[in-house]
Amino acid sequence: MGKVNIVFNDMKLEVEEGTTILEAAKNIGVHIPTLCHLDLEGFGIVNQVASCRVCVVEVEGRETLVPSCAEKVYEGMVIHSDSIKAMSGRRMAVELLLSNHPKDCLSCAKNLECELQSLAQELGIRDIYWEGERLNYKKDTSTFSLIKDPNKCVMCRRCETMCNEVQTCNVLSAVNRGFESFVGPAFNMDMADSACTFCGQCVAVCPTAALTEMDNTGQVWNQLVNPKKHVVVQIAPAVRVAIGEMFGLEPGTLTTGKIVTALRKLGFDGVFDTNFGADLTIIEEATELIHRIKHNGTLPMLTSCCPAWVKFFEHQFPDLLDIPSTCKSPQIMFGTIAKTYYAKKQNINPENISVVSIMPCLAKKAEAKRPELTKDDESNVDIVITTREFGRMMKSAGIDFANLPDGEFDKIMGESTGASVIFGTTGGVIEAAVRTAYEWLTDEELEDVNFKQLRGLDGIREASVFIGETELKIGIAHGLGNARKLLEDIKAGKSKFHAIEIMACPGGCIGGGGQPYHHGDMEVLRKRQEALYIDDENKVRRKSHENKEIIQLYKEFIGEPYGEKAHELLHTHYVARQKI
Amino acid sequence: MDTVRSHIMVCGGTGCVSSDSEKLITLFKEKLSSVGYEKEINVIRTGCFGFCGQGPIVKIHPDNVFYVQVKLDDVDEIIEEHIVKGRIVKRLLYEEPFYKRKVQSTSKMDFYKKQYRIALRNCGIINPEEIEEYIAYDGYEALGKALLEMSPVEITNILKDAGLRGRGGGGFPTGLKWEFTSKSPGDEKYIICNADEGDPGAFMDRSILEGDPHSVLEAMAIGGYATGANSGIVYIRAEYPLAIKRLNIAIEQARELGFLGKDIFASGFDFDISVKLGAGAFVCGEETALIHSVEGKRGEPTKKPPFPSESGYQGKPTTVNNVETFANVCPIILKGSEWFSSIGTETSKGTKVFALAGSVNNVGLVEVPMGTTLREIIYDIGGGIIGGKEFKAVQTGGPSGGVITTADLDTPIDYESLKNIGSMMGSGGMIIMDETSCMVNIAKFYLDFSQDESCGKCTPCRIGVKRMYEILERITKGEGELEDLEKLELLANMIKQSSLCGLGQTAPNPVLSTMKYFKEEYIEHVENHYCRAGECKDLLKYSIDPDKCIGCTACAKVCPVNCISGKAKEIHEIDKNECISCGACFDACKFDAVIKP
Repeated sequence: MGKVNIVFNDMKLEVEEGTTILEAAKNIGVHIPTLCHLDLEGFGIVNQVASCRVCVVEVEGRETLVPSCAEKVYEGMVIHSDSIKAMSGRRMAVELLLSNHPKDCLSCAKNLECELQSLAQELGIRDIYWEGERLNYKKDTSTFSLIKDPNKCVMCRRCETMCNEVQTCNVLSAVNRGFESFVGPAFNMDMADSACTFCGQCVAVCPTAALTEMDNTGQVWNQLVNPKKHVVVQIAPAVRVAIGEMFGLEPGTLTTGKIVTALRKLGFDGVFDTNFGADLTIIEEATELIHRIKHNGTLPMLTSCCPAWVKFFEHQFPDLLDIPSTCKSPQIMFGTIAKTYYAKKQNINPENISVVSIMPCLAKKAEAKRPELTKDDESNVDIVITTREFGRMMKSAGIDFANLPDGEFDKIMGESTGASVIFGTTGGVIEAAVRTAYEWLTDEELEDVNFKQLRGLDGIREASVFIGETELKIGIAHGLGNARKLLEDIKAGKSKFHAIEIMACPGGCIGGGGQPYHHGDMEVLRKRQEALYIDDENKVRRKSHENKEIIQLYKEFIGEPYGEKAHELLHTHYVARQKI
Repeated sequence: MDTVRSHIMVCGGTGCVSSDSEKLITLFKEKLSSVGYEKEINVIRTGCFGFCGQGPIVKIHPDNVFYVQVKLDDVDEIIEEHIVKGRIVKRLLYEEPFYKRKVQSTSKMDFYKKQYRIALRNCGIINPEEIEEYIAYDGYEALGKALLEMSPVEITNILKDAGLRGRGGGGFPTGLKWEFTSKSPGDEKYIICNADEGDPGAFMDRSILEGDPHSVLEAMAIGGYATGANSGIVYIRAEYPLAIKRLNIAIEQARELGFLGKDIFASGFDFDISVKLGAGAFVCGEETALIHSVEGKRGEPTKKPPFPSESGYQGKPTTVNNVETFANVCPIILKGSEWFSSIGTETSKGTKVFALAGSVNNVGLVEVPMGTTLREIIYDIGGGIIGGKEFKAVQTGGPSGGVITTADLDTPIDYESLKNIGSMMGSGGMIIMDETSCMVNIAKFYLDFSQDESCGKCTPCRIGVKRMYEILERITKGEGELEDLEKLELLANMIKQSSLCGLGQTAPNPVLSTMKYFKEEYIEHVENHYCRAGECKDLLKYSIDPDKCIGCTACAKVCPVNCISGKAKEIHEIDKNECISCGACFDACKFDAVIKP
């Protein structure tokens, strides 16, 4: 790439050819506000629709203002981002957006997290000169996972980019025309009736509260104050490296001990770790993989712990339902064991046990309600809240999270290995499975448990692991668009893999739709991932089958891995769904 | 072989078809059979004659007699008098509005005298459903010449030298556009005909496709050859069923004769055309939105660059030209660039078709050389204002254009001059307004159109145009404030500056231009709650003439809001604050005492 000479706000600059005006400005420390623009650097995800017109600048010789996010610099370009004309254009765009916005900031789910609100603050908007009619659509509360409020939609189309280009679900697109436009499923059908996987990536990038999680904190409080209920809680691996961000801690700060203390303070009767469920999943999944390899079963086997991914293949590849592992996800395995084994051991009627999950994920909320994952109409997991909801609960209880002392998980479902903690990142599940499968297949102790070839953040990764003489070919994808590519290969009979791990969200659960907002800063995801691997490193036990509590569980209750009881409790089946 | 001595040419354009011209054709045929003339007289369905206000039109050839507003009842008389006895049916001839004299041939009619037909050359002359008739009028000769005697570069050069510019509104040089695509790297390229005519009142593209579809197909093939495209797509709105039908017939016939398909004229060049129907969104006339619509996506524009010539349909280099632009290509290839560039003004060559409508005597399609003045079009061709009323303004460029007043009537029209006086060429809509048109209301009308047709993608157009519309609504209801006028201007200018596509960038034009030329009308609406044209219903207030009122109480009895006071045999009075301007009192009064505002 060559260089071009431009004049930016009267400064002569030499910049890389092909950079946008916005990038050029950023490089010299000039701030141009944006709204619709989104660049998840390193993940190849860019929303460049240039629709909000907030980043407009003046370019000499051009009749109209130019969107700096989408316009590339050229030789001799003279740009003014600070002219009255540019500033007025920007301001008018924001004022117009506000004129069609409910402005109920005080009670809005995105209060102080809203990019439109920040923009209004940044531009110092006090009066809106063009108030008028506002959109008045019904909120879509049809799903267990998310709420869609078209009246807060600013048509930035970020959610569409995530849904269509990154996840290839093609659920969200612009509906209606002109002033009536907003983003939603075709014909504005309910999200519940669409092919939405509830991955929540739309929520993760929405600048306003047009898309937010379904808030279930009220239900949790109700359980906690109910004296009849024994409320147990499980916390997913990715939560511990992200929740600190809501309390001023650096992204990637490992806060497991503080979380345990906080949960006890909130009044939970049993504080447990989803990692326990993850170790259990590995026992079953590794056994299933070995079983499939040894008995010429369907290969490749695909992981099944990500509920968004599960719903994706049910909608998009209903003819491949025998490919994924039949293992329930760690969250559901945990819930099942809590209401059987734990109930028995504690001598509590399962009906009086309430299982709460804290997940980085919105799809987990819907997963808990899947009929085939409930037992006798009783949910195995009763309430799912996200990392963000958990943070809000702590804030409303006045918990000084950052300064809490460390606590320890409760017994019999609190122990976990390093293998389970890396479930929270892309590549982690399959690495954990390989650690166990290796030792079981070879009867040898694994010297180095670090399968670094499986790690990283590339969208599709492939690696070989030699187990003795046998080469195990492994594929990894995160982001459903990448998953689709691997699935298409399987469908075409071109897949060379034995096992494939798929996570719906970019980065895996660390980038889940229920995590603290990253506001487009991908460094946050990298730090979260790094923290999980460090946590793994520091664990005494790093292979799932070495988890003492798991060994105990099989001995006392389940019997053989992948055996009859295991099937009854820990495995499931899938449903072909319509591709809408 | 039978000798045909005469043709009865009946207009088969959409306008005349909607006034039963199809039935006329059937009746003519039946009547001819009954008098035994069916073999010597042909009845031909032609394309649009352009004189749509006078339809259905029937022209007798070779007598060159032009009958207007022909009803089914007139068929007998035309056959018996004209065909059988050779006597012209005078009552069906067109009467010039000014001199009140009947005119028999088009060459003597003011409506046609000043026209110069290039794009419309075959409309009303040939049967559009017979390719042989097109061929008889030099059809496909230009394609043959292009493929066998010219290089692609020669074709783009001849168009550049001719000075042909896009007739869809933008006015971009066509030859240059073709050159860009031809120079864009890519083994697969496309050429698209934009037939998504959306300006209210404009219908020249429809008429060309209905009346002379081959002229467009042939030009697309030439464009394909010049730009390196082997596929052409006609994007046409589904509201044009007749044009679609004729287009499909024409494509079939062209394929049968080898003008489309493989190895055309044994030149080694392959080219075929498909038709893609649009749902009729105005914004799909914008080329990037059009391309998205053809791809099956939501019809909304994307920013340029990249231009379609680099990355268009399916990401391939694509040329998009409008119907009328294509209709100009073949004559240029055949007659040369000098011929074409000798017509028109310095910057705008050739002719332009305008759809003349509104308060003008002669309504229809007119094709005039660039540089013709508005006065010539409105008064000479258009026959002046209906009912001898006073000319007030003319809107060109549809919802993207602006009003032009008496002061600029003598401006020779071309792309630049119209822009300089605050309007634009657009696709050629030309709506004439007289003193009974309220300029605030006109602006509101166009803005309503634009806000309705906005795709909703960018903020200024989606919300800004809506806000402008709301302000205008307030003003026309008498609820406006002087501050609203400032707001309007501010919004209008910023929307022009920062909208994503041409629709938004031009949507405020009708407001800005009416505010420029008719500011006093805006102020009257705001300050005096007065609409001088009487169009803004909410501002109309009835009153009672005390000299005429006899106190019969008829008005008070019918008033639905009981705002008329006065005892029997006493003079009545209307409470203007309560009056809802329904007009019931006016209808009820037998003594003309109620004064209509």
